[in-house]
Amino acid sequence: MAADSSFKIVIVDESPIRAAILKEGLQEAGFTSVEHISEMHSLLARIYALDPDVILIDLENPSRDVLEQMFQVSRAVRRPIAMFVDQSDATSIQEAVEAGVSAYIVDGLKKERIKPILDLCISRFNAFAKLQDELDRTKSALEERKILDRAKGILMKMKGLTEDEAYVLLRSTAMREKKKIGEIAQSIITAAELLK
Amino acid sequence: MTDKPLRIGFIPLVDASALIVAVDKGFTAAEGLDVTLVREVSWSNVRDKLNIGLFDAAHLLAPVAIASSLGLAQVKVPIVAPFNLGLNGNAITVSPSLHAAIMGEADGDPADPLVTANALARVVAARRKTGAEPLTFGMTFPFSTHNYQLRFWLAAGGIDPDEDVRLVVLPPPYMVDSLASGHVDAFCVGAPWNSIAVDFGVGHILHFVSDILARAAEKVLAVRERWAQENPLVLAKLTRAHGRATDFIERPENRAEVARILARPERIGVDAEVIQRTLDGRLKISPDGTFRESDRYLLVGREGAGRPDPVQAAWLYAQMVRWGQASYSADALAAAKRVFRPDLYDAALSGPAAPSGNVPDGIGAFTGGNFDANDVASYLSSAAIKRRPT
Repeated sequence: MAADSSFKIVIVDESPIRAAILKEGLQEAGFTSVEHISEMHSLLARIYALDPDVILIDLENPSRDVLEQMFQVSRAVRRPIAMFVDQSDATSIQEAVEAGVSAYIVDGLKKERIKPILDLCISRFNAFAKLQDELDRTKSALEERKILDRAKGILMKMKGLTEDEAYVLLRSTAMREKKKIGEIAQSIITAAELLK
Repeated sequence: MTDKPLRIGFIPLVDASALIVAVDKGFTAAEGLDVTLVREVSWSNVRDKLNIGLFDAAHLLAPVAIASSLGLAQVKVPIVAPFNLGLNGNAITVSPSLHAAIMGEADGDPADPLVTANALARVVAARRKTGAEPLTFGMTFPFSTHNYQLRFWLAAGGIDPDEDVRLVVLPPPYMVDSLASGHVDAFCVGAPWNSIAVDFGVGHILHFVSDILARAAEKVLAVRERWAQENPLVLAKLTRAHGRATDFIERPENRAEVARILARPERIGVDAEVIQRTLDGRLKISPDGTFRESDRYLLVGREGAGRPDPVQAAWLYAQMVRWGQASYSADALAAAKRVFRPDLYDAALSGPAAPSGNVPDGIGAFTGGNFDANDVASYLSSAAIKRRPT
């Protein structure tokens, strides 16, 4: 592994958080030379200047097509190839696509030397996706909480209920109509706005 | 009975209209197919997901299908195209300052691509004299019609596309910004991006690609050859649904509805009015409001546009060789032609093949004489500007 730490790795990612997570993981694994590019203008020029051994880019980044141009440039000292060019490890490729990562590797590097980088990438990308998912869920839970509070407020004001009574009314209506309590709360808010 | 669900990838461009309408207007469902369209952000993604089997079919750049089949700069996965998703549809847009410079040098009718190419050559020479940076042209992919169309036009004016100017890959959604910010001086791209540049006042449409080539295969419906062999009935149904969809799109009274379908955020996601302009072939070409109308701007299905023509594949392969992406061999030429499969089209869509318009060699290039798909070698040796394969 000692020689591998000299690999120069470039992360092309518009998400600074995911790039940081990835960079940290790579550095912990002993890859000390990791650069992050977040600016897509003059991407090729920056990559040529850094002259990396491995380029990691997320599959949702349209600039993947820009990287493909590197195959064409005969003047470039070293030509990277897409990970997908080597299909001998179909499982890895499948996992990478599912995680949403793709790698470009300088032609001639041995697959075994790249494997740990790619595996780390896949697991970090997955971890990031999970984090994002949790964040989204927390956000929507908070949203629902706010909606519920507003609906309770409307019921309390219009029907002279206490907060607990308003909640019970919302809940029982949701159960009766086989709907989520959030949906009932939302329709109360909508109705109240219409009747304003 | 419904067949197993199909996943089909596409890039949000107007030339995906046959595919999008086939699915969203229910032509695939009528054939008993359950299709999910997956919108993608890059041609690399579409190619890779098709090649490794995550997509059953895809809206794909015609040259990528050929490059994939020949194993050029990517893993070799034989691809076949049973349906051509359209002819033409691209345009060359230039910045206002480059437009003014070309018009200042134009000696003749600037609607003639030879006049503009010669004018551009003089602009390039003048810039070189003053030590200015070379002009930069954006295109969408190394193996793209846009790349070859730009090169064909530039070379006709005596401009070496690799030495005298810079050609850079830009994802289509970045084209307009890059033109506005001066990162590129011009670009060649499909709809709706040329129109959007004009609407924002940052570009002039200099040429429709149909000025350069009367018939240019653009995107194809691509499937893995092996998948085609294993699923002949599903393939025929899918091809038929595309035929129905193009018939629908080509009827002028349906255009507004088609534009609305394509405009939806999960499809192309731009204003329906802009999309309709490109379907109608009536484009605003200048920020001052000048419109230009052409019945050749984009052929979705008329003039036999849907039927894959191996002559088109041969022309594209010839460009790959001309520009050093492939070396010439008779076998590779034959393999490239086999990507375009009129036989699969004919098997699915009975009836006589539609007339192919008044274009004797099937290409109709504005210069360089007739193209002979059976004699690509001498076509290549007659080209003045070309690359040697690396």
